[in-house]
Amino acid sequence: MSRVPVAKTCKLYIGGKYPRSESGRTVPVLDPAGAVLAHAARASRKDLRDAVEAAHKAQDAWAGATAYLRGQILHRIAEFMEARRDELVQAIRSVEGSTAAAARREVDLSVDRVVSFAGWTDKISTLIGGQCAVAGPFYTMSVAEPIGVCAVVAPARPSLLGLVTTLMPTLAAGNTVVALGSESNPLPAVVLGEILGVSDVPSGVVNLLTGGVGEIVPAMAGHRQIGAIGGIGLPAEVVAGACEAAAESLKRTRFVAVASERAGLEDHDRWTAPEAVANWTEMKSIWHPASLD
Amino acid sequence: MIQGRPDAETDAWELSPAPETFAKTVREGLEPEPGLYIDGGFAPAADGRRFETIEPATESVLARVPDAGAADVDRAVESARRALKDWRRTPPLERAKHLFRIARRIQERSRELAVLESIDGGKPIKESRDVDLPLVAQHFFHHAGWCDKLRFVAGHGGPEPVGVCGQVIPWNFPLMMAAWKLAPALACGNTCVLKPAETTPLTALRLAEILDEVGLPPGVVNIVTGGPETGRLLVEHADLDKVAFTGSTEVGKRIAASCARRGRKVTLELGGKGPHVIFADAAIDQAVEGIVSGIWFNQGQVCCAGSRLLVEESVLEEVLEKLAWRMTTLRVGDPLDKNTDVGAINSRRQLETIRGFLQRGVDEGARLHECGEATLPDRGFWCRPTFFSDVQPSHTIAREEIFGPVLAVMSFRTPEEAVARANDTPFGLSAGVWTDKGAKALEFARRVNAGVVWCNSFNRFDPTAPFGGRRESGYGREGGMAGLREYLA
Repeated sequence: MSRVPVAKTCKLYIGGKYPRSESGRTVPVLDPAGAVLAHAARASRKDLRDAVEAAHKAQDAWAGATAYLRGQILHRIAEFMEARRDELVQAIRSVEGSTAAAARREVDLSVDRVVSFAGWTDKISTLIGGQCAVAGPFYTMSVAEPIGVCAVVAPARPSLLGLVTTLMPTLAAGNTVVALGSESNPLPAVVLGEILGVSDVPSGVVNLLTGGVGEIVPAMAGHRQIGAIGGIGLPAEVVAGACEAAAESLKRTRFVAVASERAGLEDHDRWTAPEAVANWTEMKSIWHPASLD
Repeated sequence: MIQGRPDAETDAWELSPAPETFAKTVREGLEPEPGLYIDGGFAPAADGRRFETIEPATESVLARVPDAGAADVDRAVESARRALKDWRRTPPLERAKHLFRIARRIQERSRELAVLESIDGGKPIKESRDVDLPLVAQHFFHHAGWCDKLRFVAGHGGPEPVGVCGQVIPWNFPLMMAAWKLAPALACGNTCVLKPAETTPLTALRLAEILDEVGLPPGVVNIVTGGPETGRLLVEHADLDKVAFTGSTEVGKRIAASCARRGRKVTLELGGKGPHVIFADAAIDQAVEGIVSGIWFNQGQVCCAGSRLLVEESVLEEVLEKLAWRMTTLRVGDPLDKNTDVGAINSRRQLETIRGFLQRGVDEGARLHECGEATLPDRGFWCRPTFFSDVQPSHTIAREEIFGPVLAVMSFRTPEEAVARANDTPFGLSAGVWTDKGAKALEFARRVNAGVVWCNSFNRFDPTAPFGGRRESGYGREGGMAGLREYLA
């Protein structure tokens, strides 16, 4: 008799735990032929609120950790992704029907991108901050600080590379993050959540939701505890709605449009430029008098 | 005093010995005759010559190390030149991953490396374990992250490496200096020939093992052990593009001249006579801790040591009293005891140099205060922590770099005088300042002629903060963007 495989329950990743959606809803994840591969949790507004609360709790410690430590923790994510490369490839292929080579390439690019952002944590402040040559006897420094809790939305495709490219710069800047994975293929987000849960990333620093863009993005845009919201390659009407809703709490909006989703995201240099991280920081100028008296 | 019991008179508890248990494993693993690391392989010197490296705490021989001659240096430079072609064109993120792997492997082997550093160099295990090795790993980690970001550092034309670098490093922070030299060079796509110091070659050769383990391509880093002659052969080699040297000002000037003749890029991190200024409004107890770190960290064998203490007159007596007491609490001895504060002097030659300065100090009329409590081991190279009071700015011990646990204490009356005295030196590496007034600290920092200034702290190092000297303390920086530029064409 053939062995019955154990099916995975695909859950959310909130505050270091793996809850189902409090709404009890799931969506079927289909393979290219339309067969059901799995059921992913469909996050609700309440799940989002729980995720924001977890992110808020984790914010002080994450922002207060040394940049070196945050860099090592981000590198650890890459180490774990590399170790689970095949699983990530499968998460992409099984739903999207891509070739093994294309899926592998996306995974490799994703891991490398994480490595690159691991190197940003202790450098961004040097590049975008520094001494201000003020016209007076003061020692004045501008420093880049994280915004706080940020929300990011991954594009539909490329599901993994898009998620990593939206998530990592925000994280590297010292924010805690609530991320929404690709709506059409939530599996890479589910696997990434499983990777994060056993990596060194503290609970609540990254919270991953799966579900509907139309449902979650407006809720993100309206949530007052979220300091900034952004995403890559989202439908124009979703972005417009989010930007308008964000205005109420003067939430920073960081949406980026891309012409061709996959090709557009492969450009390593473009997506790992300092602006990618700087976008998720706030400048603070600190003044101190300088005098021997 | 009986160890492990409170002393009858003072009621103070004496610490029991706390030997580093890993030392046995490291000693047993010592290779009696290691090889030069050239072109990805280990080999003896072409002419088979070797020299002994000894343990400064016991004077026993640890290994017989190859004494690289002209043929070996040639082979190392040739190998670096060959490797440059591919390494400089390796995609930046692939270079990054190599460097990250080096950092991670150093972290994994850090206890072994720390113990070996203390055995071969004499520094206390708590320093090699808690300061040197963490900084070594961090230096590689930080620079790994730069590899794919150099276009934000390089000027017009984009990031191009300088080429083949000859790097000569000292014995006071052997692995840390290797990391400071190799990490930025490799991040920028250069290839290297590194010469560790004659008295501390062992950890550099372990680093070579790590480079080999993580699969760094052959020839990207070559490590040649030897004495001053090997160093000279390297820095004067015809096929180098850059020289980086950390060591004495005397040798640095010779290297500067030789590089000038060849039109060769060079960075020099040389000697210092760091002013350490204590204003009357400072938190004196904390300042005293800073002074201790400033002059007795690593037995004072630190180029950026705070070796000239300048104390505001009104608190001079208080500072001297507290410093004298604090000095008696220092534990001098076995570098591999986890409670040791002050270990062995690196070599007999250095010990003799320090003793010469001690004699000069006394002869010129300064008053010697020694940590008399410490009983020193019979064998090995030891020097008690020491400071001199009644020092005149013209005294030899106030002007020349001693590179030992010897502090010269002087006083000042006004902040202006503090600045003037601090700058009364041909050196310009480090400075320290202690005051409760932030404005005073920052203005002093602006006016002191030094490459590094520590306010209400001392001996802080980080790969993000460029380190290096002004004036006769050399030129060029290590760390941060300034450090990277030294390795970009």
